[in-house]
Amino acid sequence: MLTGPRVYRVDWVLGTDRLRGFCFCGTSYDAEDPIELWAWLLAHPDSHGGTGPTEPEPADPPSGTVRDRQPVPA
Amino acid sequence: MTAFVRDQWYVAAYSREVGRELLGRTILGEPIVFYRTGDGEAVGLADRCVHRRFPLSESRLDGDTIVCGYHGFTYDSGGSCVFVPGQQRIPRTARVAAYPVVEQDSFVWVWIGDRAKADPALIPRAPWLADPNYTTVSGMEPLNARYMLLVDNLMDLSHETYLHGGYIGTPEVAETPIQTEVDEDSGIVYVSRHMDDAACPPFYAKSTGIEGRITRWQDIEYHPPCLYLLHSRIAPQGVYPPAEGPDDQAFHVEVVYAITPSTENTTYDFWAVARDFALDDEEVSRFLHSNNHTVVMQDVTALNLLEQVLVKEADGYQELSINIDTGGLAARRILKRMAERSRPEGAVTS
Repeated sequence: MLTGPRVYRVDWVLGTDRLRGFCFCGTSYDAEDPIELWAWLLAHPDSHGGTGPTEPEPADPPSGTVRDRQPVPA
Repeated sequence: MTAFVRDQWYVAAYSREVGRELLGRTILGEPIVFYRTGDGEAVGLADRCVHRRFPLSESRLDGDTIVCGYHGFTYDSGGSCVFVPGQQRIPRTARVAAYPVVEQDSFVWVWIGDRAKADPALIPRAPWLADPNYTTVSGMEPLNARYMLLVDNLMDLSHETYLHGGYIGTPEVAETPIQTEVDEDSGIVYVSRHMDDAACPPFYAKSTGIEGRITRWQDIEYHPPCLYLLHSRIAPQGVYPPAEGPDDQAFHVEVVYAITPSTENTTYDFWAVARDFALDDEEVSRFLHSNNHTVVMQDVTALNLLEQVLVKEADGYQELSINIDTGGLAARRILKRMAERSRPEGAVTS
């Protein structure tokens, strides 16, 4: 997980064919085409945002990650 | 075709390859000869005698100097000519370029570009390769394909299911959604694929001894242009890292690739597999080396074939990108940007 002030994140929405992109400015966008999505993200601040980096929202972990882990039996 | 990214460190060789024999490598189109001085220092010099361009890598070492195999021009480890045949005066221009060279994490790194910018602190790390808590198998395969094809290949591991089935690929790799991140400032691309319940491919079943299904995590960390890391975590299905303390119920494999362009259509494919289990088990080492070499050669065969196809295509050939390509597209963009920024002023591109 990257933690810099200007991190773009793209999640593949679970159970769908959609991608959801999160700009570091805090806005998001859905697309079914990664090229379209990158074009939108990289157009910051022209297509969205307009301010500098904001505190990024906590990222959902990749699918398959379990956050509330149970103790593992030895 | 993506241009080369200059003003960067590249892996030229493993440290074990550089010794008292001359080693010739072409990095980003620049022929370089490597050797090790009597004091153990790795040296990289331009691999062309200034006299008639004879390859110094096809010449011989005399102490710490290279004696050109054609007419005897002799160069010290700094690239200065210290002897020319038949005369006392050594021409002022009789020298070859000396490249900045750093040995780190079992690799010999060489700087290609403006020497004044060669900061060793910029070299990305792969510490497992020289860590006694890991055991590493490694190799290098020359690839007859442009480096971008290897970047594409490694950034999208869904191909494991189809190209490497029976080795490291299982159906879940292609079926599991990915998360992609790009740090716009550092240029690092991160691609995560966390498989909660997956078949255990032979590569891991035989090396770890796990029987049954697994929780398999693949976290790619690409440091463009040269270093690619795949943090691979394998555990019995449902076993996750503890909230605190070491993740000692899982097996960890750090897969490291160094992607070094040689020419426009050839690439050095350095690969290494470092593990934190069965450290002294020679049989596991032999198995992982043999298996990973097979996997690398499957990629080499496929990418060599793809290069032959692409080289005959007109510029701007049509591609189709889908969700699995999200990370690869990010890597392409960053490499393109880096190449544009590193282009010498006044350079003309096609």
